[in-house]
Amino acid sequence: MRKISLVQLRENQKAKVWEISGGRILQHKMMSMGIYPGRKITKLSHFAIRGPVVVKVGRGVLALGYGIAAKIIVEIE
Amino acid sequence: MDKIFLLGNPNVGKSVVFSRLTGIHAISSNYPGTTVEIYKGYLKIGEEKIEVIDLPGTYSLESTSKAEEVAVSLLKEYPKDKSAVINILDATNLERNLFLTLQLIEEGFSVIVCLNMCDDAAHRGVHIDVERLGELLGVPVVSTCAITGVGIKLLIERIKEAHSSPKNKLTHEERWQEIGKVIETVQHLTHRHHTLREILEDASVKPLSGLLISGIVVYICFKIVRFLGELLINKIFDPLFFDFYQPILERLSIALGQKGFIHHLLIGELINGKFDFKQSLGVLTTAPYIEFAMVLPYIVSFYFILSLLEDIGYLPRLAILLDSLLHRIGLHGYAIIPVLLGIGCNVPGILSTRVLESKRERFIASTLISIGVPCVPLQAMIFGLLGNFGGFYVAGVYLVLFSISIILGIVLNRVLAGYSPELLIEIPPYRFPPLLILGKKLYFRIKGFLIEAAPIVLLGVLVINVLLYFRLLDFVTGVFAPVIQGLFGLPKEAVIALVIGFLRKDVAVGMLMSLALSPKQLFIAATLLAISFPCIATFVVLLKELGLKYLIMATLIMIAVSMVVGSILNFVILR
Repeated sequence: MRKISLVQLRENQKAKVWEISGGRILQHKMMSMGIYPGRKITKLSHFAIRGPVVVKVGRGVLALGYGIAAKIIVEIE
Repeated sequence: MDKIFLLGNPNVGKSVVFSRLTGIHAISSNYPGTTVEIYKGYLKIGEEKIEVIDLPGTYSLESTSKAEEVAVSLLKEYPKDKSAVINILDATNLERNLFLTLQLIEEGFSVIVCLNMCDDAAHRGVHIDVERLGELLGVPVVSTCAITGVGIKLLIERIKEAHSSPKNKLTHEERWQEIGKVIETVQHLTHRHHTLREILEDASVKPLSGLLISGIVVYICFKIVRFLGELLINKIFDPLFFDFYQPILERLSIALGQKGFIHHLLIGELINGKFDFKQSLGVLTTAPYIEFAMVLPYIVSFYFILSLLEDIGYLPRLAILLDSLLHRIGLHGYAIIPVLLGIGCNVPGILSTRVLESKRERFIASTLISIGVPCVPLQAMIFGLLGNFGGFYVAGVYLVLFSISIILGIVLNRVLAGYSPELLIEIPPYRFPPLLILGKKLYFRIKGFLIEAAPIVLLGVLVINVLLYFRLLDFVTGVFAPVIQGLFGLPKEAVIALVIGFLRKDVAVGMLMSLALSPKQLFIAATLLAISFPCIATFVVLLKELGLKYLIMATLIMIAVSMVVGSILNFVILR
C-alpha cells in the first residue's frame, strides 16, 4: 500500500481516499460531495499545465482544480 | 404549513419541478448553478395557496458559496413547523444526493423526497426501491420525471404528508456509512454495455479527445448561429421590411411633406431623396429595423445554440478544458459560464458570476465581461458597421477585445489582493432535452429580450432625434471633442453615438452609420463602443452585484482602458 496524491495517480487507476490534507472548509466541501477517507475513486483524466483532475466517485464525475487534487492523498495497491 | 422550499444538490432539476408546481417559468439547464437567484411562486392545493420557493442548489446545509449561503440562510430563518421541504434528488446519483437528505432529516425539517430523473436512471440500469427508501428514511418518497411531468401530480397530492423523522445527529463519516447501508438495500444496478453517450461523456473529459471535441463543437455552433441568423434575415425579416413595410412608410413620408419636425422624428433624414432603414434614424424606420432585422435574428440563433449546449450538459466540460488558462487571469474554469451567458447579454452574464466563490473572482469576471465580452446586439452592430469592409476588420475587433480581456485579467490578477479558489464542479451526464422544453426556454429568452430592448430602442431613437433636432447635444460634443478628435481621430459627432451607447449599444450604430466614417474610424468607434461603458442595464446589475465602491473601480478601469486602447489604435496600430 503506497500513499500518493491524486495528482500523481495515473489515468484510469483506482484508489482509496486516505486523507484530505486541507483545512476544515476543504474537508467539509469534499465530504459533502462524496470524497471522504475510505471512499474508492477512479481517476479519469488529468489536464496539463496544472490543469484540473477528473475523477469518478460512485456514479458521479467530479472535476477538481489542481490545488485541490494535490491535497487529496490516496492509497494504492 | 405556509411555505414550501425546494432544496437539493445542484443540477437535479429543482427549477423544472418548480415550473411544474407553480406554472412560473424558471430557466433550467444541465449544469450545476443555473439558478443563482431565488424564485418564488404559488401552488394551489384545494383552497389553500402555498408559497413555493426555489433555492439555489447546495451539497450540504453548511454553505460554501454565495449561492449556497443564500439558500441555506433563507431555509434556516423560517420556522420549521410552518414550512415543508421538498428535497429533490437525482435518481441517477442517489448516493451523493442522500447526504443532504439525511442532514435535512437530522435537523428536524418536515421533508418529502422527490426522486427525480427516474426515467434516465432506468436507462442507465439504476433501479431504486422507492417504498423501501421511504421506510428507511422515515419520510415520504415520490419518484418523478419532472421534465415530462410524470409523478408531479402524486407529488402535489402527497406534499401535505411531509413530516419530520426523529434521528440522531451524525458526524459526516457516520452519515456516509449510513448512506452506504441505505444504498445497499434500495439500489439495484443492472450491468449495461457502454453506450455511445457514455463513450462521448468520457471522451470529452480527457485532454486530447476533449480538445478535439471542443474544437468541433465550437466550430459547428458558430456555423449554425451564422447560418440561422442569415437565414432569418434573408428569408423573413428583410422581405418583411423591404416588401411590406417600406411602401407604407414611403406613403407616410410623402403625406408628411418629406420634412419638418414630425417627419424628422418618425422617418428621419432622407438620403438621396429616400429614407434608409439603417441610416435615417427615425422612430419608425431605423429603430425597428435595427431591433428586428439586425439584432433579433442573431438573438434567436444564438440562444437556440446556447440553450441546446446548456441542456445537453456540454458547458462544464468546456470549463475543465479552459481551467488552466483562466487561472492566469484570476478565475477558474467555471467562469466560462458567465462569459458565455454574457455573449447573449451582459446582464445575465454578470448575474451568473455568483457561481464563482470569491468576491475577487466576481469582480474580475464582471469587469472583464462588461469590457471584453460583446453582447449579441453589439456584435450584430460590429458586423453591420464593418462587415462591408471585409472579415479582416470584424475579426480585428474581436482580436482586440480578446487581447484586452487577457491583458486586463493578468493585470487585475497581479494587482488585486486576495486569492482565487480552485475549480470544483460536478460534471453532469449528457442529456437530451425534449424539443418542447428547449423551445419553451428559447421563447422565454426571446420574449425577455424583446420586452427589455424594444421600448428602450424606440425611446432612445426618439430622444436622440429630439435632441439632434433642437441641437441640444452641441454642448456635450463640444466638451468631449478634444478627446474624441485628438486621441481617437473620430469626428466630434461620434461623441453622441458613444453617449447613446450607454443607453443601448444597438441604438448607437444608426448614429455611426450616418456619419460616413472611414474603415479605420469605424473600427475605432466599434471597439470603443464595446469597451468604454456597458449599457445602463448592465450598470445597474454591476451596482447590485458589486456594490458602489467596486462599481466605481470598474468604471475607472473602463475609462482608463478606453483611453489607452483608443489612442493606441489611432496612433500606433492603424496609422
